[in-house]
Amino acid sequence: MSADKNVIKEESMIIQKAMISRNYDAITSKLETGQKMASTFVPGNLNELVRCFGMLNNLPEINAIQAGMRKLTGGYIMEAEKGGHSEDVCTYVKADIGQLGKGNIAPNGKPYPDPDVLLLSYTGCYTFMKWFELLREQYKCPTVMIHVPYQGDGHWTMNMRDYIVKQLKEEVIPTFERISGVKFDIDRLREMMALSAKAEDDLVWVIETAKHKPSPIDAYFGAVYYVGPIFSAFRGTQEAVDYYKVLKKEIQYRIDNKMGPITPEGEMKEQKYRIVVEGPPNWTNFREFWKMFYDEGAVVVASSYSKVGGTYDMGFRHDPANPLESLAEYCLGCYTNRNLPTRVEILEKYINDYEADGLLTNSIKSCNSFSAGQLMMMREVEKRTGKPGAFIETDLVDPRYFSAANVKNRLESYFQMIEQKRRGVKSAA
Amino acid sequence: MGTQEIVTKCQTIYEDLNFTYAREWKAAKAGRKVIGFMPVYVPMELIHAANALPLGIMGGGDQMEVIHGDAYYQSYICRIPRSTIELGVTGRLDFVDMMLFPFVCDVIRNLSGIWKMMFPNVVSRFFDTPQNFEEKIGGTYYIHELQELKEAIEETTGTKITDEALRNSIKLYNENRKLIWGLYDARAKEPWKFPTWELYVIMRAGIMMPVEEHNQLLKDYAAAAHQEDRPKRDNSRIALNGSFCEQPPLNLIKSIEMAGCYIVEDDYVLVNRFLTEDVPVDGDPLANLALTYIKHSVETACKYVPKEEDKGKFLVNRIKQCAAEGVIFAAPSFCDPALLDRPMLSHRVTENSIPSISFKYAENSGQMQPIREQAGTFADSIKLWN
Repeated sequence: MSADKNVIKEESMIIQKAMISRNYDAITSKLETGQKMASTFVPGNLNELVRCFGMLNNLPEINAIQAGMRKLTGGYIMEAEKGGHSEDVCTYVKADIGQLGKGNIAPNGKPYPDPDVLLLSYTGCYTFMKWFELLREQYKCPTVMIHVPYQGDGHWTMNMRDYIVKQLKEEVIPTFERISGVKFDIDRLREMMALSAKAEDDLVWVIETAKHKPSPIDAYFGAVYYVGPIFSAFRGTQEAVDYYKVLKKEIQYRIDNKMGPITPEGEMKEQKYRIVVEGPPNWTNFREFWKMFYDEGAVVVASSYSKVGGTYDMGFRHDPANPLESLAEYCLGCYTNRNLPTRVEILEKYINDYEADGLLTNSIKSCNSFSAGQLMMMREVEKRTGKPGAFIETDLVDPRYFSAANVKNRLESYFQMIEQKRRGVKSAA
Repeated sequence: MGTQEIVTKCQTIYEDLNFTYAREWKAAKAGRKVIGFMPVYVPMELIHAANALPLGIMGGGDQMEVIHGDAYYQSYICRIPRSTIELGVTGRLDFVDMMLFPFVCDVIRNLSGIWKMMFPNVVSRFFDTPQNFEEKIGGTYYIHELQELKEAIEETTGTKITDEALRNSIKLYNENRKLIWGLYDARAKEPWKFPTWELYVIMRAGIMMPVEEHNQLLKDYAAAAHQEDRPKRDNSRIALNGSFCEQPPLNLIKSIEMAGCYIVEDDYVLVNRFLTEDVPVDGDPLANLALTYIKHSVETACKYVPKEEDKGKFLVNRIKQCAAEGVIFAAPSFCDPALLDRPMLSHRVTENSIPSISFKYAENSGQMQPIREQAGTFADSIKLWN
């Protein structure tokens, strides 16, 4: 895209881009370096454990997002559907399977090598289970699963935690030892988890700066970049810690100078609406989608999607003193592993804590983990906060389900509704 | 009772969206409780042992107009959560004291949370079965989960579930499964005597009545059907897969049969035969229930298959046991489990030279002509080419 050349980039963005490139290079050259590779998921990502065995971490969801942003997923999805995959199911899965059928090329232009192990961290999303059964059928590689029970009653129990720890000890760790040839070293894991906690402190600081007025960040479109290192292959590394130091400085500068977030078209000047967003973004039209917000002066001050790989702003930190138990608690606490009443409470809290004007739900066509029940959630949040909600429908990486005109129309109507509501409050006063 | 009488009785029970049969059961004795559950599997023994009625809630079917339910969901989703909410908001489930939402998929999982918010006076519980099938890992976890479920049922019903009561319930459900598997075997042997639509209504009614009554009814039906003289047709024998959660309209089953297919295997109403072997009666009943699930339960899309070589094995084995000549993959629209599983199962049956077709339905599908044509062509192709 020619517009890319004109995109405004800060130092932290350049650093992150280099980190991601290095990781892709390490992945695509693993056959030459002899490094082993695990494929796994963002929610319930056990990056410290994977790295503890000197393995690389490859995340098919991130690969689908990367392909989506480069407008490749439409073709990949069609390829998967031609192969018998239903039009009704998760488009991350079909993008991944379709990509395999089309040469499996990574963003650096080199082919992805086959994973040495699939780490099926089954956390908060049913589709994960089938996704890796499907990949296992393709790769014929060892697959190890961690079943993370759902917090159906809004909390986890010791039985759930013990179950996960037992799976880690008796299945995941022995499998990793066998595949990597590296013996498990709990002290190494502790060291990495201490680094994780440091980075997590900084990530929370970043996310919570959206309480400022004007907000120095966009906590949805911007936050998907901010969570990048922690949600992907860098949690538990010094690189991630260093990245957040740089990011913090940039944001502190914006706070000190009453500046808004940096959008692809530069600093967002006017902030007329403060919005909380529930649900993942659309990736195939990400910039266009974001532009619909900043053109209208709408800044997202909190989002649930930025908690999908860990709910750090609710207090969780990886704990080096209890590494395996802490990994289990991390998995249990991911956003979509929490029941709907808890998700409502979280969104209500965001509306209040971030002094937001309302809740926008982006219902994703092919993601029932997020989407099933969101209308009910939105109504409940509206009832509790008195703030208006709006509902739009798009998809993750299937361009056929992003209708720009419809989305724009709905967003504009929503912002007008907020305006009217404000006027109503003023005249009543 | 003859088959006609039994089938009519069962059809009346299953089509009654006011659940009169269960309501009358509850009203017949003071203090009785009803515990509703959704597909695919709950240990009904635990509910029965608390003297409560396990009531299968399989959505609203094709006879109910969904008005309120649509307001709770986005465009792209299966129908069963919408119609179940419709049942709830229209008061049809107002006599249900507790609702269980077993693990099937994210839709049913999230419905458990909706239920908590919409019906705060009803005890609602998500029931998570293990996906780890090692006795010491998944088994231990599951025993604790069953203990928690047991305590929740005790609290709701006000009845202490003794080991003795639970063993007695296990015995009754072992008998129930045996009778059901027996009928399934009989159907595979002489499908013209046991039409699937008849079996289906008997199974649906079975999860809406006390197990003791269902056991007698199964015996009566089996005896009557064996004696009945029904003509054998030159139909193709097919297995049906993918319909374990949202159930098809009865007309869809009849349409497949009318199109020249004998359905000799299916995964409808799977709860009543989810366990493939008897639960041991001696010893710790909770551990027995847990370990039977771990070691001897069906393979279905809502269960993880730990080994690649075992994927689809259950279906292929059932096809062989039932001498099915082809498979119809019939999944509800937007059903993640069935539709994500389908390509893998389809590969397995193809590897075994078993022909298959697939289509989607909704519980309120009304247009059967395309189904009849597709199933009929499939049946003909089996006859012609196999």
